[in-house]
Amino acid sequence: MDVRYVTMLESKIPVVETRLDFNDLIGALKVRLGINRMNYAVEPGLYAVGSPDAESLVFVSSNYKLSFDLLRKELSGMNAFILVLDTRGVNVWCAAGKGTFGTDELIRQIRTTGLKDMVRHRELVLPQLSAPGIAGYKVFSLTGFRVLFGPVRAADIREYLKNGKKADQRMRNVSFDLLDRLVLIPVETRMYSRHLVYLMITGFFLSGLNRKGYSITGLGTTGIRFVRNMLYAYLCGTCDGPILLPWLPGRAFSVKGLVLGVFAFAILAVNRLIGEKPAEMLAWMLLVPVMCSFLLLNFTGASTFTSLSGVRKELDEALPIQKTVAAAGLAAWCWSLFSGGKDG
Amino acid sequence: MDRMKYIHRVATLKVDAKKCTGCGICLEVCPHEVLAAGGKAVEIIDLDACMECGACSMNCPFQAISVNAGVGCAAAFILGSVGSNGESCCCPETSTSEPACCGGPGKCCE
Repeated sequence: MDVRYVTMLESKIPVVETRLDFNDLIGALKVRLGINRMNYAVEPGLYAVGSPDAESLVFVSSNYKLSFDLLRKELSGMNAFILVLDTRGVNVWCAAGKGTFGTDELIRQIRTTGLKDMVRHRELVLPQLSAPGIAGYKVFSLTGFRVLFGPVRAADIREYLKNGKKADQRMRNVSFDLLDRLVLIPVETRMYSRHLVYLMITGFFLSGLNRKGYSITGLGTTGIRFVRNMLYAYLCGTCDGPILLPWLPGRAFSVKGLVLGVFAFAILAVNRLIGEKPAEMLAWMLLVPVMCSFLLLNFTGASTFTSLSGVRKELDEALPIQKTVAAAGLAAWCWSLFSGGKDG
Repeated sequence: MDRMKYIHRVATLKVDAKKCTGCGICLEVCPHEVLAAGGKAVEIIDLDACMECGACSMNCPFQAISVNAGVGCAAAFILGSVGSNGESCCCPETSTSEPACCGGPGKCCE
């Protein structure tokens, strides 16, 4: 691939396009699907957009390629620098929370790239969500560069600049709308998919057991039912949960998940999809709600408004109950294999 | 639709009105309008909207704001609690007895 460079003070600075190409779009799609998302990074350092000079703005980015691409596509027609920090391929907000999009790393990149000699001004435009990791006043006192926190979303940069580098409240707020939640579903679904598959395989083959020994006909009835219901409960938790989040009752996500799971079970029950033996029906009554409760609890990690203290509280209170209910549900299911009934 | 809020009255955000000079940088960096300009000092107007990201306390030049910001990744605690090795979290190395994504500030992915 041809890379253009601008030379400033004998440094060759790579020029990046402000239009995303097919590979960029495919890459973005893949990481949204959870494919290769821990390995999607650009080299840290200084980049150029257009033909910058010593008066051009400096934007600061993480080295997660999705963040980088979302930024550069908003800079078309501009002459600017992009200073990319080494955040180990992690996005701005997570990296800021961990400290990798941090004061020390910003100062280090300023020094390494010789930015002070490249630009005459002393301003850096940072994404607002880097603020948990960047102490602006410390950067100023140690480098002389003033940190300006720009809008949350790169798409607002143009308006931010037009307003004289002022962000209104809308640009500073983070919401969690339906679209925001939808794009998280693929990764949420992948997160415990391996555990689900192991469980489904195990349950499927166990379902041949009965009072008289082992029978393959059990696989075709009880086994298929187990796999189907498990998948149903899982997808309820990872897909329906995020979609319905604002409308599910309660503030705790584990409670929202519980309610969702109870409804999901009710739908199975009404359609007579929970088997015929009381022990198995009990098992599903426990397993479906507990799975949804757990999966919604997990979704707190992807949400944009849950406090760490709140999540800790939920974990302390809900997780032990969830573990007990899940164990009871699985035990009831296993018991049902050996109890009397049509399938026995 | 009203914006979503999380569990009542657990956020650890506190403002020390004596140290606060009213410079307002915290108001700029907060993503949820938790704080607002008060008389001289800023005030917490919506504690339940606080997600403890730490942007405000990190940027207060006068150390007037405190909050238990921690790592900021709730999924890490969950994965750590269920004994996962953090492979689906953003932190590849971890021990099973800690949150999957480091146990606190400064211990990340070293």
